[in-house]
Amino acid sequence: MSTMFEGYGTGGPAYDEMFDGAELRPPYLRMRDSLDKMSTPELISRVEALQASYLDQGITFDIGGEERAMPLDILPRVIEMDTWTTIERGLQQRVQALEMLLADVYDAGHVFEDGVLPRQVITTSSHFHRQAATIRPANGVRVHVSGIDLIRDNNGEFRVLEDNVRVPSGVSYVMTSRRAISSALPETIAQHRIRPVAGYPQKLLAALRAAAPAGVADPTVVVLTPGVYNGAYFEHTLLARTMGVELVEGRDLVCRRGEVMMRTTKGLAPVHVIYRRVDDEFLDPVHFLADSMLGCPGLIDAARAGNVTIANAVGNGVADDKLVYTYMPDVIRYYLNEEPVIRNVDTWRCGEPDHLAEVMDRLDELVLKPVDGSGGKGIVIGPRASREELDELRVKVIEDPRSWIAQPVVQLSTVPTFVDGELGPRHVDLRPFAVNDGNRVWVLPGGLTRVALGKGELIVNSSRGGGTKDTWVLAGPTAPEQQQQQQQQSRNVVPVEGVE
Amino acid sequence: MLSRIAESLFWIGRYIERADDTARILDVQTQLLLEDAAVDEAQTCRDLLSCMGIEPVDAAEAGVDMFGAVTIEQVLRLLAYDPQSPSSIAAIIGSARESARGARETLTVPLWEAINTTWRPIPSGHFEALRPPYIFSWVRERAALINGTADATMTRDEGWQFIMLGRNIERADMTSRLVATTALSSGAGQWTSALRASGAYDAFLRTYRGIETDRAAAEFLLLDRLFPRSVVFALDRAEQALVNLTGDPRRAGFQDEAQRLVGRMRAELEYRSLSDLVEDLPDEMERLQRTCAAATDAISRRYFAGSEALAWKGVGA
Repeated sequence: MSTMFEGYGTGGPAYDEMFDGAELRPPYLRMRDSLDKMSTPELISRVEALQASYLDQGITFDIGGEERAMPLDILPRVIEMDTWTTIERGLQQRVQALEMLLADVYDAGHVFEDGVLPRQVITTSSHFHRQAATIRPANGVRVHVSGIDLIRDNNGEFRVLEDNVRVPSGVSYVMTSRRAISSALPETIAQHRIRPVAGYPQKLLAALRAAAPAGVADPTVVVLTPGVYNGAYFEHTLLARTMGVELVEGRDLVCRRGEVMMRTTKGLAPVHVIYRRVDDEFLDPVHFLADSMLGCPGLIDAARAGNVTIANAVGNGVADDKLVYTYMPDVIRYYLNEEPVIRNVDTWRCGEPDHLAEVMDRLDELVLKPVDGSGGKGIVIGPRASREELDELRVKVIEDPRSWIAQPVVQLSTVPTFVDGELGPRHVDLRPFAVNDGNRVWVLPGGLTRVALGKGELIVNSSRGGGTKDTWVLAGPTAPEQQQQQQQQSRNVVPVEGVE
Repeated sequence: MLSRIAESLFWIGRYIERADDTARILDVQTQLLLEDAAVDEAQTCRDLLSCMGIEPVDAAEAGVDMFGAVTIEQVLRLLAYDPQSPSSIAAIIGSARESARGARETLTVPLWEAINTTWRPIPSGHFEALRPPYIFSWVRERAALINGTADATMTRDEGWQFIMLGRNIERADMTSRLVATTALSSGAGQWTSALRASGAYDAFLRTYRGIETDRAAAEFLLLDRLFPRSVVFALDRAEQALVNLTGDPRRAGFQDEAQRLVGRMRAELEYRSLSDLVEDLPDEMERLQRTCAAATDAISRRYFAGSEALAWKGVGA
């Protein structure tokens, strides 16, 4: 009976989230039924309307100074309630452990003395910043926002691919894609009960206010952006607007006597919490790159004096280091005395001689990743690399083994995606966003699904031609956010005038 | 409000008004050339370019010799189509959108979208495909949409005052340029066209009971207190925006430089005899334009100066 999904070939070892061979998986039942009623030309016209609406709204990202519309695939990805509950618990656990790790490595360092993590792993990380040592955040939170990347392995199990606790981006596309998809597929969305994502800015604002320096009753929160030419500028404007706070650039700020102020039409006004979307190295020319124009001289000292909170905290990058990542299961056991809820992907540390030997032997079947890379930069996929590329890689890894890790070629799971007029399986990952207000780690139900649009392509980053998908977390009968809307009272009617 | 944002809003107000008014002026002039065979095309085009503030050096750079036989096609390229020419409508809309992008979080969503969708035809090439006179009415409609959206969705806070200030200073400046080009043209009925360009022809006829004279038309465009595109009306609104911004009711005089400049200019226009004014319109209009530039400087110093970037002089780095 199926028309839309006829000829959808899964095949291969990757886990397809919609089909188990020819069998439909239960979460996608309603989606299949509602889409089967639609003809392909109808779907194409909706895809076109979707793209036009993104351009009109200016939902774009920048590559090398060129503004492009974020490609949003029309077919949503569906995640069952139970699966989500596990993800949520796993992320809460992981963020807690990361908080404790960061607090420890920038202070007492018990984790080193107890032999869980070699001190050298931290101090050799390029994102370890001594400038952040012994700065104690007001409410103890360093990871106000995290975007830990997950993938789904060949058995369908979610795994942590990498930690991301510096300035994770992408949450704006989660919010805008939900709105766009609900106008593109109203019939389909009406068939589902989906947990809403629109509450994110309020959660974030609450967490930022909770992080304000002690004694400030009504803190002024700002979002700090590198400026219009930053790739994620759209997101910065969306967050500032939906939180109702100022979006500042470095040049709008000035530090006076250990306090941070912004330049307004009525003179200088104090700033208490800075949600910064500028990397550590550019934040404060006094302590970092002296020629940076993106930050403001004096910020770090103001933070150390406890007059301003920088969110996320400076120095968090050490936790994103992919070598530190390999120690995370032990770190979780050490601080929380629990087993990790979401497992890591199997990883070899090239810095350890026996691991290195094995990696060298199997270079052509592994994925090699630089430990401090992001955005898919520097990754070499062994089976796809030429002999020359592998030889070059071998030299680089032997020269500096600390900077590399290796992982098996994981087949990221696939989800049906509409490319060039037809449906086909495409690989996806998932970046759920978690907000820590000091009392609770709240996980946005859904998150950013990134999809590699090329057939068989495994790198999903938007800078490498990836797109996004709306991610639906199905609500059980007890979804807390949806209950409020149900009560309706009957009201007296006052007729409008001028109507015969 | 952040100084940088205030500056962006002020310039959004100016750019949108400038695109609108440039379209109106071009509309009149292209019509005049078409309708009146007696008009000297090269001379009209030269006057038009200089009235719109184009220096011969810049024109030469764009391949137009302002001392030679300038054609209307060249004028349209410089003032409408070529995004590389800073005075073109394409470039002005681009600047408005760039300012809006930098202040996006402070704009209402419908206002941002109105500006963004006005700009999109320029990089996509659809703008270039629009021909006169349709392109002029398209620009006027887009400006009306943007202004109307701002009016319907913005709170009347400081940001609104900066948009109003920008719009009205620009309008005074551009109406003076429209008047100056009209005064220079040699054709008959050029004042009627100028009134039409301002959407004021019917209102003018009603006000003056159908008696059309050049003098009356100039008076209407310059001095009418009720017509929203007249110079005096625009200067009055700009003054009002400045009063709302300074928010300090003084017992005597004005402390704000911009307020003084704009107020003095308006008073001079209103209290001089019309005959004096009309006698040397182009020079009078030039003085007005210089006042608008000086007022903009004063506004920048007072409200936007804080936004200038400070470089950190690293020690030993």
